[in-house]
Amino acid sequence: MSFFDRFARDWLLTEIWSGMAITFRYFLQPKVTINYPFEKGLLSPRFRGEHALRRYPNGEERCIACKLCEAICPAQAITIEAEPRDDGSRRTRRYDIDMTKCIYCGFCQESCPVDAIVEGPNFEYATETRAELMYDKAKLLSNGERWEAELAARIAADAPYR
Amino acid sequence: MIQALIFYMFAGITVASAVMVISARNPVHAVLFLILAFFNAAGLFLLLGAEFLAMVLVVVYVGAVAVLFLFVVMLLDINFLKLREGFLTYLPTGALIGAILLVELVLMGGSWKFAADAPLSVSTRTPDMAMITNTDALGRLIYTDYIYLFQASGLILLVAMIGTILLTLRTRPGVRKQNIARQNARTRETSVEIRKVPSGGGI
Amino acid sequence: MAELWTGYVWPVVIIIAEIIAIVLPLLIGVAYLTYAERKVIGAIQLRKGPNTVGPFGLLQPMADGAKLFFKEIIIPQGASKGVFLLAPMMTFTLALIAWAVIPVNAGWVLSNINVGVLYLFAISSLGVYGIIMAGWASNSKYAFLGGLRSAAQMVSYEVSIGFVMISILLCVGSLNLSDVVHAQEKGVWFIIPHFPMFIVFYISGLAETNRSPFDLPEGESELVAGYMVEYSGMPFALFFLGEYANMFLMSGTITTLFLGGWLPPIAVAPFTWVPGIIWFALKVCVLLFGFLWIRATMPRYRYDQLMRLGWKVFLPLSLVWLVLTAGVLEVFGLVPN
Repeated sequence: MSFFDRFARDWLLTEIWSGMAITFRYFLQPKVTINYPFEKGLLSPRFRGEHALRRYPNGEERCIACKLCEAICPAQAITIEAEPRDDGSRRTRRYDIDMTKCIYCGFCQESCPVDAIVEGPNFEYATETRAELMYDKAKLLSNGERWEAELAARIAADAPYR
Repeated sequence: MIQALIFYMFAGITVASAVMVISARNPVHAVLFLILAFFNAAGLFLLLGAEFLAMVLVVVYVGAVAVLFLFVVMLLDINFLKLREGFLTYLPTGALIGAILLVELVLMGGSWKFAADAPLSVSTRTPDMAMITNTDALGRLIYTDYIYLFQASGLILLVAMIGTILLTLRTRPGVRKQNIARQNARTRETSVEIRKVPSGGGI
Repeated sequence: MAELWTGYVWPVVIIIAEIIAIVLPLLIGVAYLTYAERKVIGAIQLRKGPNTVGPFGLLQPMADGAKLFFKEIIIPQGASKGVFLLAPMMTFTLALIAWAVIPVNAGWVLSNINVGVLYLFAISSLGVYGIIMAGWASNSKYAFLGGLRSAAQMVSYEVSIGFVMISILLCVGSLNLSDVVHAQEKGVWFIIPHFPMFIVFYISGLAETNRSPFDLPEGESELVAGYMVEYSGMPFALFFLGEYANMFLMSGTITTLFLGGWLPPIAVAPFTWVPGIIWFALKVCVLLFGFLWIRATMPRYRYDQLMRLGWKVFLPLSLVWLVLTAGVLEVFGLVPN
């Protein structure tokens, strides 16, 4: 009996029909695609994207040139040169990040004692030339100005878990 | 007039591609020209009103035989320059056979011209094409008057096929073969067993 | 002069107009089949498919065509140039000329020849040349392997297609495709008495058009893209169009042989009001949807299994069915004519 059962199943292509039925069921189901450039997925406050250098609300740079980020960076993407400013405070003269080297591990923002260098939510910064990915201090500060509202919100959102 | 023009086009291309078959340097090109010749021969059949023959020529010769030719020519690394070396020594024999064929062809055509009653001596006449279709006419001939010859040619092909299979059939011991029926017969119960493994115990 | 006009020029003009009337809708259909394929497979994989170029992405085929048109035609070194360029043209042309004999409505056929079925069979057996020539002329081992695979595959499945066609022809008594449809008008569609052969024919059609799950000649995972690795730009586009036009052709053939061509499903009032060509197009669309659906469902066959299916399953099955059909027709006195 089981032989006939098996024989009928094989020759009536039952397995193929059931497979086709499954795909047809999926054909009718709603689509899960996010229509990307127009719709975007939710990002965690901990998402590590493009870097930014932040300022205090009074406009003063946060970075104090402690070079902890430069020291911890596993890809050695960060280069910092520091010197005392005219008012005697210790500030960076140069703060470069080679974005082609960066592995987005987030150690720089973890090590920063003043929340100056952070990785923001932006991941759409593709460039046409390689040179544009060598970020300097001006670029990082302008990133900070552009994203400040969101950066502050992210840090606040993550604060209870630290 | 148009029919004559089309005839000369087909005939001209047939002859030209037949010449290219034997003169092309590249064997694959030669086979492709052979296919072109087949094609135009099919066109000539169509002009004669022999549509069935034309289609069968394309299906059998172009669709199957020439594909196998092409296979062989592509796969075997034939050095055609070497084959050409003995060309002159075989030339007399080849020329003789060609001449015989030519004479026979001329005699055939000549009989049409000089012995007007020769076509009447054919045992089975061509039926009137206006009455029945080509396929019908051929079927009536093959399956009545020539049934034994037809079956015999089929048998010859069968023998050739069996012979080829016998020549190439080898039974090698120890070959693992896929048994699809047995694979399909496997069920979840006979192939998967779920067991609770105690930690540190193992099975 | 007037005789030249009415005798030669005018018929030629009519024929060219008829050819355009067939080829143009076919090409538009082919273009939108590529769109439909991406949409259907997208839907089955819970994706959206093209939706950006034009409303619902409807202009996507045009954008793809324009892109391919402006791409460079690269001819590889050591390639046999003439054969290399001839191959895609041949594939494309063969897919189009077969439509000359397919009746899309009562009397709507370019050339109502008596050996229509044989013509279709002959044309589909020629399809292998475009691919084998492309494979050889590319001077590349992947292309060559793809070409050889395809040749063996198409020759194998043509045999069972031929036998299935003969079973149908036994029930019709004519090789004329319009007669095939008329025979179904009197009785039932041939899909009902010949249902197993319909399945065999459909699956063989998948193999014949090199569609998934029998797309081994392309086999992107092992042969890169098979016979069309070396092609780019317009020659590639011709191969692509040829493949989809072949799918149309196969669906048209199945519609004519099994699904009653232009006939409505039931010959009663609301159905008979719809013109025959709509019914024909509808049936072709359903079959084409099957092609896409199968592509989204099945994994690719292994080559030895493909050959086994063709020679050890379909060939005996179609042969037995042929004898069975002949026997039934003879015993019950149903032989036509």
